[in-house]
Amino acid sequence: MSRGTVVRSTVMGFARALARALISEDIARRRGLLQSLDPRVRLVGLFSLVLAVTLSRRLWVVGVLFVVALAVAVLSNVSLAILAKRVWLVVFVFTSAIAFPAIFLTPGTPVATFAGGAVHITEQGLTTSGLLIARVETAVTFTTLLILCTAWAQVLKALRSFRLPQEAIAMLAMTHRYIFLLTETATQVFESRESRTVGVLPAAEQRRITAATAGVLLSKSIDLSNDVYLAMQSRGFRGEIRTLSEFHMQSWDYVGLLAFLLAGGAAVWMGR
Amino acid sequence: MHIPDGYLSPSTCVTLYAGAAVGWYASLKRLKRVLLSRMVPLISVFAAFAFVVMMFNLPLPGGTTGHALGVTIAAIVLGPSGAVLAVSIALAIQALFFGDGGISTLGANCCNMAIVGSLVAYGTYRLIAAGTAISSKRRVAAAAIAGYLALNATALIAAIEFGIQPALFHTANGTPLYAPYPLGIAIPAMMIGHLTFAGLAEAVISAGLVAHLQVADPGLLRATSGIAARGDAASPSEQPATKSLRRLWLTVVFLMLLTPLGILAAGTAWGEWAPSEFARGGSVPQPTGPSHGLAVTAGMQRLSTLWTAPFPSYAPGFVKSPAFGYLLSAMFGVGFLLAASLLLQHYFKRRRSTGHSS
Repeated sequence: MSRGTVVRSTVMGFARALARALISEDIARRRGLLQSLDPRVRLVGLFSLVLAVTLSRRLWVVGVLFVVALAVAVLSNVSLAILAKRVWLVVFVFTSAIAFPAIFLTPGTPVATFAGGAVHITEQGLTTSGLLIARVETAVTFTTLLILCTAWAQVLKALRSFRLPQEAIAMLAMTHRYIFLLTETATQVFESRESRTVGVLPAAEQRRITAATAGVLLSKSIDLSNDVYLAMQSRGFRGEIRTLSEFHMQSWDYVGLLAFLLAGGAAVWMGR
Repeated sequence: MHIPDGYLSPSTCVTLYAGAAVGWYASLKRLKRVLLSRMVPLISVFAAFAFVVMMFNLPLPGGTTGHALGVTIAAIVLGPSGAVLAVSIALAIQALFFGDGGISTLGANCCNMAIVGSLVAYGTYRLIAAGTAISSKRRVAAAAIAGYLALNATALIAAIEFGIQPALFHTANGTPLYAPYPLGIAIPAMMIGHLTFAGLAEAVISAGLVAHLQVADPGLLRATSGIAARGDAASPSEQPATKSLRRLWLTVVFLMLLTPLGILAAGTAWGEWAPSEFARGGSVPQPTGPSHGLAVTAGMQRLSTLWTAPFPSYAPGFVKSPAFGYLLSAMFGVGFLLAASLLLQHYFKRRRSTGHSS
């Protein structure tokens, strides 16, 4: 990466993260299969499918689960183009870079030989690489479907009903809110710095600027936490966290849960 | 560094979830006893800060860029318990909201980055910065070294998790089912990048932030500075030293009482065989064929008699009961270490007082 683009790329990274979050909120509001289910069913169901993908030892079973993921995406009004851009391409490039050398390095039965027998592709190497790529693609697709089709507030509410400590849920909720605030602040700091900078700064100067910006952000974070603490105290917070409404399961939710668990169980059984 | 779903086997994931759960439980319990109402917003905002800092691109030598984890500054300001929770929350949001790092591997990621990272960063910082003033340059250097070591420790643990997969989880024909590389490849492949570039990013950001806090808000560095006992600021997340010490002693006594459990184990620990066991075969692995014993080399025979322990095999000769022998050995070991520690403490105290008076 060019040294001059470091500040810009950081700002672009922030913008991408915010845009992703907005897309998720938008998709979560659409009508669709996953959106119609109770968030707890979505969480348990998709997690069980991720687990089934991880437990499957056969490539074709992972392939079938990938087709299931595609069907769920289409029925939930999630654009396949978004999945391709956000998940499949990124995961393929990243995982292939890791899996590719395994084709040659994994000991086993040779299926092709190069360089006078010094290098060979093995059957076991091909299988393990294919399995790794397919498994990661499918598992990340299921995880992304959960993220895209469930608003963060609903994820938190679902986690709460699984008896996670209230303090942990409160911290997750507050953190999520402050991530956007701090991202906005960091973007402003970087943009104002960039607008005052002419030419390309040396790398050492860019490191200094980045560390200084992180320092400013840290000070602002601490001030913010003090303000939030005072606001909480003024509203009567004494360390006990209370929550509002609970979810109510409908018959459709039970059908969905059963379908997810059956699909996951069948995949584990056939892929063992 | 963020391990996605599919790289680790389910049993590895479950084990690491259990490990992470112990860390979360201990941290939450510790903070609950201190001042939870104050820590909730502080940890939340710090988790958000760690999340945003992970997105900062930092130019590194060689024309590449890297990004920090933020675990070191969290450990320095919040202490290890606060840092474990803050970084875990940041990782959970990354996994559940942004899809960075898997759901099944969240426990592994929290174990590696939040728990191991925080503990290594905190321990290193405290060790190097011990006894220095808040404004000391040594604290900046300590933060840099702590950041570098924490990130590399995190990478090493992740590499070990990857590296054990092919040995433990493979098909009958030897096809690895998860991460395909053994330890011999996984560790160097992972460590080269972290030792050269990624560790530097954490070091630069941690040092820069400590230098910034020394000027802008030195009070935040006081909590884990080791000089909080003067009364100007109490640690926000740590227990009073006396309580921790008492608990530590109780744990030591409990572990001492458990030592006779060692008798229940059958055979000898792997690699700790006596020359006689080599000759007999027994639990010693044989290269091929049926157990017929291995030849004991002359060197091994000679070196085995070089030192005769006073309590051989944790069973002093004058004690008849093996369980009591274990207990006695444990008491002797702990007592010996305690005496050595007291002697060292006495020596350093005397040296310090001589230094002050001269």
